[in-house]
Amino acid sequence: MNEEKEPILRAENISITFGGLKALDRVSLEINPGEIMAIIGPNGAGKTTMLNIINGFYKPDEGRIIFEGKERPKKMKPNLIAAQGIARTFQNLALFTGMSTLGNIMVGRTMLMHSNIFSQALYWRFSQKEEIEHRAAVERIIDFLQIENIRRTPASMLPYGLRKRVELARALAAEPKLLLLDEPMAGMNLEEKEDIARFVLDANEELGYTIALIEHDMGVVMDICDRIVVLDFGEKIAEGTPDEIKADPKVIKAYLGTAGG
Amino acid sequence: MTFFFEVLINGLLMGIMYSLVALGFALIYKASDVFNMAQGAMSLLAGLALVGFLEMSFPLWLALLCTVGIMIILAYSTVFFVLKPLVNRPPLMLFMATFGIMYLLEGIGQSIWGTDAKGLNIGIPEISFEIRGILMNTFDLTFAGVAALLVASLVWFFQKTRTGRALRAVSDDHEAALSVGIPLLKAWAVTWVIAGIVATVAGVAWGSRLGVQFSLGYIAFKALPVLIIGGIDSIPGAIIAGLIVGAGETLAEVFIGPYVGGGIQTFFPYLIALLVLYFKPYGLFGKEIIERV
Repeated sequence: MNEEKEPILRAENISITFGGLKALDRVSLEINPGEIMAIIGPNGAGKTTMLNIINGFYKPDEGRIIFEGKERPKKMKPNLIAAQGIARTFQNLALFTGMSTLGNIMVGRTMLMHSNIFSQALYWRFSQKEEIEHRAAVERIIDFLQIENIRRTPASMLPYGLRKRVELARALAAEPKLLLLDEPMAGMNLEEKEDIARFVLDANEELGYTIALIEHDMGVVMDICDRIVVLDFGEKIAEGTPDEIKADPKVIKAYLGTAGG
Repeated sequence: MTFFFEVLINGLLMGIMYSLVALGFALIYKASDVFNMAQGAMSLLAGLALVGFLEMSFPLWLALLCTVGIMIILAYSTVFFVLKPLVNRPPLMLFMATFGIMYLLEGIGQSIWGTDAKGLNIGIPEISFEIRGILMNTFDLTFAGVAALLVASLVWFFQKTRTGRALRAVSDDHEAALSVGIPLLKAWAVTWVIAGIVATVAGVAWGSRLGVQFSLGYIAFKALPVLIIGGIDSIPGAIIAGLIVGAGETLAEVFIGPYVGGGIQTFFPYLIALLVLYFKPYGLFGKEIIERV
């Protein structure tokens, strides 16, 4: 059976209502350290809502979040949650369009830099050294995601596929304990999808990141994920390994439909 | 021709002052989507405070430091007491709130320092001299230099430091900025502090040229056409448009004014602004908003 590992994040009985619509109804899930976990489900199942709750954009009406063994205060601000080590990407790209690739990734490291504003303004030695160190770290990420040639390109000029990749780079730059990816491959062609799938796998296996992702491409999900949680109309209907999910009649009914996947 | 250049340079120097005021607007607008009507009043308050501290026979450096201190307190209290409760409300409410701040600041200024115009002398010599027959003076040139230095250091700060980048990130995308851990309100507060410092420089410059008087609060209305021409969310736009307006209105006053009986200076900037609006609705440098229908 499975070994007992303390999950890095546990969501317990999460419920949230938007204007009478129950977007999530007592959903519990766990994310274990070192795994790639997928949240899947038909449109409107509440997947992005769950991600928004985990990273603090939404506050659940009921339920609690336990991160690294500590219960999160009810009204914790999203920037503080980010500072705790949860980074994310967005379904509808949210790059800083006024900046270059490099600038975007540097901003991702905001939480790892500590010199104060006066020191920065005067560019004292410490700030200068810090700036150079982080620039080097960013360079490693650029290398890892193979985006060397667009380093200085303004984000607004990048094609869609590369924007997604830069967003991933920005999230990785924070060196998060938990990385949330909201449809990292949406709208991509097969080749781009394969690239991203490989980067996600490498980030997990080589760099040791814990990843929770939402994705519609079942092929990719089954291939790269260790564990899957299935949501439907705001309720969790199944949870398990890809093989278990594939065989679950409830999932087939709700999600895969007659196509059979 | 010499006369033309003399007028032009005078206009440009005037334009620098407009640029400074418009810069304060653009900074705040970019970061927090608020059109800050109180920007002029902030300049006024800075001028009044500086005069006040100098009258208490503080040395100049200490008086300047205290003035900046007041601007910092003002920035933080504006963000945390006025903007914070209004987050996610319609922009019009925030706009009206800044109107309130404008009158509040004027009121505070009046009750502490009275309503008289005050002279401000910070000891910059005003010596006129000629280069190739063009008359200039050291006072204007000094302030032009200070303004240029201020703009250059702001550009550097926004490009090269973590906080600068974070502030730009906030102005691009609030949610994404939060998701990388940037505290929104703190970022706004820092932006207001910077705008406050810009307002101080503008206030001191205007004040020592024309005296610190309550009409200073209404430079806001001069900055309006500047912002329209430059594009409201563009910092280079604010600077260049300020120069255009300064030069344009002075040249128009001198060369067109006599034919129409003068007084053209007050509305000429708005005329340019209307023309720009007609051809480039987002201003010369503004971000074009493309909406999908």
